[in-house]
Amino acid sequence: MIKFTEEHEWLEVDGDVATVGITDYAQNALGDVVFVELPEVGATYEKGDEVAVVESVKAASEVYAPLAGEITEVNEALEGEPALVNSAAMDGGWFFKIKIADKGELDDMMDETAYAEFVEGL
Amino acid sequence: MSDETLLKTPLYDMHVAAGGKMVPFAGYAMPVQYPLGIMKEHEFCREKAGLFDVSHMGQCYIHSKDGSDPAAAIEKIMPGALQVLKPGKMRYTLLLNDEGGIEDDLMVTRTHEPEGTLYVVVNAACKDKDYDILEEKLGHLITVEPLEDRALIALQGPKAEEVLASLAPDAAELGFMEATAITLEGVVCWVSRSGYTGEDGYEISVPESEAQALCNRLLASDDVEWIGLGARDSLRLEVGLCLSGHDFDASVTPVGANVTFAIGKKRREDGDFAGADRILKELAEGAANSRVGILPAGRAPAREGTIIADMEGNEIGKITSGGFGPTFGGPVAMGYVPQSFTEVGTEVQLLIRGKAHPAKVAATPFVEQRYKRKQVS
Repeated sequence: MIKFTEEHEWLEVDGDVATVGITDYAQNALGDVVFVELPEVGATYEKGDEVAVVESVKAASEVYAPLAGEITEVNEALEGEPALVNSAAMDGGWFFKIKIADKGELDDMMDETAYAEFVEGL
Repeated sequence: MSDETLLKTPLYDMHVAAGGKMVPFAGYAMPVQYPLGIMKEHEFCREKAGLFDVSHMGQCYIHSKDGSDPAAAIEKIMPGALQVLKPGKMRYTLLLNDEGGIEDDLMVTRTHEPEGTLYVVVNAACKDKDYDILEEKLGHLITVEPLEDRALIALQGPKAEEVLASLAPDAAELGFMEATAITLEGVVCWVSRSGYTGEDGYEISVPESEAQALCNRLLASDDVEWIGLGARDSLRLEVGLCLSGHDFDASVTPVGANVTFAIGKKRREDGDFAGADRILKELAEGAANSRVGILPAGRAPAREGTIIADMEGNEIGKITSGGFGPTFGGPVAMGYVPQSFTEVGTEVQLLIRGKAHPAKVAATPFVEQRYKRKQVS
């Protein structure tokens, strides 16, 4: 199951763990990514907390936790190759995996069709 | 400022048609980047030739009121050796306040005609202020004639000479920091061999009605692409060039800003410019704080405003320009530190989002400048 937020994050949900990244729309708006600051494994976040920072050539942008939970893994490949966020936003450019505290928070998110419509309307 | 009140350069329509992402800058709607993106635009300029719209900058003529050399007047508030400029020669100089602080940096060129007239280019964000200062301080001696009907474009990069010489062979004859009138596509333009990217290249002042046609002609070459403000900033940062209002302001002297090359040798001996007492004292003793290159050890860019700390964590200064250098291949920055920290190699820390990141004071430029000098000056 894949879900999307209005903040242009995607969540690939597998059991009670979600893999989180930013969408193709978001990477395109940011431009060339040169650095990603990732959270610590084991850290816990509430929905809306600043969890990561993505830096393009021009500016730094915050990434907010799409839901509450504990970080179980981060994408260490981004350290050496931050441009993966641009070239593979929806797979190899994932940011972190988070153990979902409350699966009910997924209900408010968009599915692929709804997100496509959301982007269309921007 | 809403979009409606933003000024447009004569090339605005071309930027929009080229897919430029328009942003407010110094009161103008300017392209921050094009579909190529900042990184590729930056690399393109270093490898081929980038075309920049810098029409938002202030172009003016300075005439004297009594027929004497207007350079003698402006030398009172600029520390460069300007009276000695021969026709067709230009110089980077600084507009100083009475305390020796830098109000702006600018380019002054001696034109061929009208005889003695100076052609001056100032920063977009400062042009009204600069013209006011010139009028207030020197209005009894000189007249400032803003050139409102001219566009200004820059063609920068290793292919710039080949591209421009294909329109006018004379362009190849100009040396770095020389300027002359050249006819391009049937239009008389004022062309200088200068720029702010660290690359060889030209700045071309062209009547606004002819600017689009000239740009289209240049863009017809596969070696030329539009470059936006984003890459303009990373290009100048990599070669250690200052951004007025950021890397210095009216509180800092040329010594603190580390641009003492802009103070003429004889001007130092004579000490006959605004704020000379303070500037000469700082030349002898050093400024309390001065601008240095800063090289972050890791990958995190240190942006403007980032706090510089000593190894004990005490704040010692701030980053004034910083980001990712595409040609350098990593983060680069400049900032102000106390005199005891200015030595190249000195270890410091950068406080980025509350975390200390190791960095070192470094020599600039980070990427070699490649100007076409006729002789070593």
